[in-house]
Amino acid sequence: MDYYFQLKGLSAGYDGRAVVRDVDVSLEKGRILTLLGPNGSGKSTILKTMIRQLPSIEGAVYIDRCDVRSIAPEELAKKASVMLTQRITTDRLTCRDVVETGRYPYTGKLGILDDGDHRAVDGAMELTNTVDLGEKDFMRISDGQRQRLLFARAIAQEPELLVLDEPTSYLDVRYKLELLNILRTLVRDRNVTVIMSMHELDLAQRISDEVMCVKDGMVTACGSPDEIFSRENITSLYDLDTGSYDPFFGSLEMEKNSGEPRVFVIAGGGTGVGTFRALQRMGVPFAAGVLHEGDIDAQVASELASETVIENSFSYIRDENYDKALCLMKKCGSFINCLEAAGDINRRNLELAEQGKILGITEIKNLNRDAFSAEIE
Amino acid sequence: MYHFLHEKNKTGGPGSLRGRRGRYAAAFVFLAVLLVVLVAANICIGTVSMPFHDLVRAIGSLGSGSNDLGAAVIWKIRLPRLVAVMLLGGALSVSGFLLQTFFNNPIAGPYVLGISSGAKMVVAAVMILTAAEGLILMPAAMIIAAFAGSMIAMLCVLGVSKKVSSSAMLIVGGVMIGYICSAVTDLMVTFADDASIVDLRSWSLGSFSGMSWESDRIIAITVIAAFAAAFLMSKPISAYQMGEGYARSVGVNIRRFRFGLVLLSSLLSAVVTAFAGPVSFVGVAVPHLVRSLFRTSRPLVMIPGCFLCGADFCLLCDLIARTAFSPVELSISSVTAIFGAPVVIWVMIRRRRR
Repeated sequence: MDYYFQLKGLSAGYDGRAVVRDVDVSLEKGRILTLLGPNGSGKSTILKTMIRQLPSIEGAVYIDRCDVRSIAPEELAKKASVMLTQRITTDRLTCRDVVETGRYPYTGKLGILDDGDHRAVDGAMELTNTVDLGEKDFMRISDGQRQRLLFARAIAQEPELLVLDEPTSYLDVRYKLELLNILRTLVRDRNVTVIMSMHELDLAQRISDEVMCVKDGMVTACGSPDEIFSRENITSLYDLDTGSYDPFFGSLEMEKNSGEPRVFVIAGGGTGVGTFRALQRMGVPFAAGVLHEGDIDAQVASELASETVIENSFSYIRDENYDKALCLMKKCGSFINCLEAAGDINRRNLELAEQGKILGITEIKNLNRDAFSAEIE
Repeated sequence: MYHFLHEKNKTGGPGSLRGRRGRYAAAFVFLAVLLVVLVAANICIGTVSMPFHDLVRAIGSLGSGSNDLGAAVIWKIRLPRLVAVMLLGGALSVSGFLLQTFFNNPIAGPYVLGISSGAKMVVAAVMILTAAEGLILMPAAMIIAAFAGSMIAMLCVLGVSKKVSSSAMLIVGGVMIGYICSAVTDLMVTFADDASIVDLRSWSLGSFSGMSWESDRIIAITVIAAFAAAFLMSKPISAYQMGEGYARSVGVNIRRFRFGLVLLSSLLSAVVTAFAGPVSFVGVAVPHLVRSLFRTSRPLVMIPGCFLCGADFCLLCDLIARTAFSPVELSISSVTAIFGAPVVIWVMIRRRRR
């Protein structure tokens, strides 16, 4: 296999003390590798060592089969560009000035840009939608705008390899998506290789070709997104003990409330998600049912509810599950019905709600704190 | 306004570049015209006043060996002083700009960071020693002594900057180093011979008086060489303005670059201290005036801009120092401080507003 980028037995750190050890990675050209891991795990250290911001302690970094230590700094600058997390303060530099600094490796002795350089700067600013910021003072724009300009700067450097340290941390959802789309465009059109660190699990899952997990200075896992984004792996990577991770959507749910369920929620087809989360916020333990396997309500309820009655997917609700739900509902002493209508397979949920009323179990209609605390007392 | 900006941006880089270049050209012309006016004023105004038409006549008679008093005053006193003021003012300002870039600190400057005081200390020591031996100090030796003093103070400041991350604390550290050096100088002056003190007293307060063509030649050689070297470093300086990390990532050899910057800024301020004593606030204030005038901090524009504006600034201050309470001459620092210190305050307020 012909790899464009490789780390072989890399140990990296500061002042000769290793922060991360034994990192091995091989990446083909035109792939996107994402580094995941908790704060302080050593992701930035690895990224900085890749592009010689830090000297490696052991092992080596290869770009295009050349050891980076053997590449002259000016040549390396033409191959790889970076986006760092460190804040920079400038004085009277326009945003365009900042993007122009990316052309450094290509300009002459005095650093004067020629037409080709200006075209590259224009191109990078158009691609990142930052043209309108051009003449503004770099210190007088928002953090997110600054981040997009530093991204434009990295693109203006016309690299083969983009190394991005948390490139999306300050961006709003629109620009997060935009940045990822730009990365995909760069990979497709210019065959750029991307290595970045990220904290947005949902986005990392969608953009990455390969994922590397770093924890406590060690690489704990490396592979395709499908392999990496499992519940067990992410839970242990981040030591999630106050919530849970949903591998389908890359989203997180908060910790479920412990204790006996106090209210039974009848839901299905996504009607219950809002109620489940509201109850979680209010600190009320609850039970939910009867939900079909694979239904989004079943997914969320399994994270948040104390008890859940689950029916096989696409199956009619069987008596045993109906009885189980009714029993739970009686135990709770109150219920919430999220369903307005039902289809063939979950019709008995409406029956369950009717039965509840008949049995005199309190139905909570308005889910607000007052109504609820009164109810519990 | 927004629409206008948008239109301008639509035309892309070269369009806004033209506007920018126009501004740079206008600013340079402004500074150059100011220089001509100030040069003329400095020649004409003084204890022996010289109306403009007399000046023209005096210049005409310069070559003819006339022993006209006016011509002698101009040729032997005012012109050498004028040239020195321009070169040293430029040197201080460029030194200030380099230091501000180096420390990424808007109120850094050779005087504030104690570098001028370090130079003063060593020059004073050398002056006292040579006077005791009955020798006269050569201008070149003065520069070397001042450079040694600058480097000593600079190394102390670098030591402080390694330990503190806050830019305000760096300045406090620099001011303290300056105080220590000044105290040592005062101590030496107190115990020095009366004969050697005479020169030392006026020099240690800072003054452009007593310049000769001989000292001018040495000043010119050193300052122009250091200025050219600084100008040739424009490219890495502009990369360094984005911070050390980004500078390294585009291929700047940080260690060599920092070494060069320390060397040049120390040398430039050393030349000034060697000949004019410590001159306050020029190095801090002028780069900010230039940045505001040019609306940029690109080194390619800033370095020549600082040189020119520093020359203007010092010509004006020296003119005031000479003439305000004539025949008593003020120390140059008391004039530069009056104009320079408010600029520093303005810079801090402007920063705070962000």
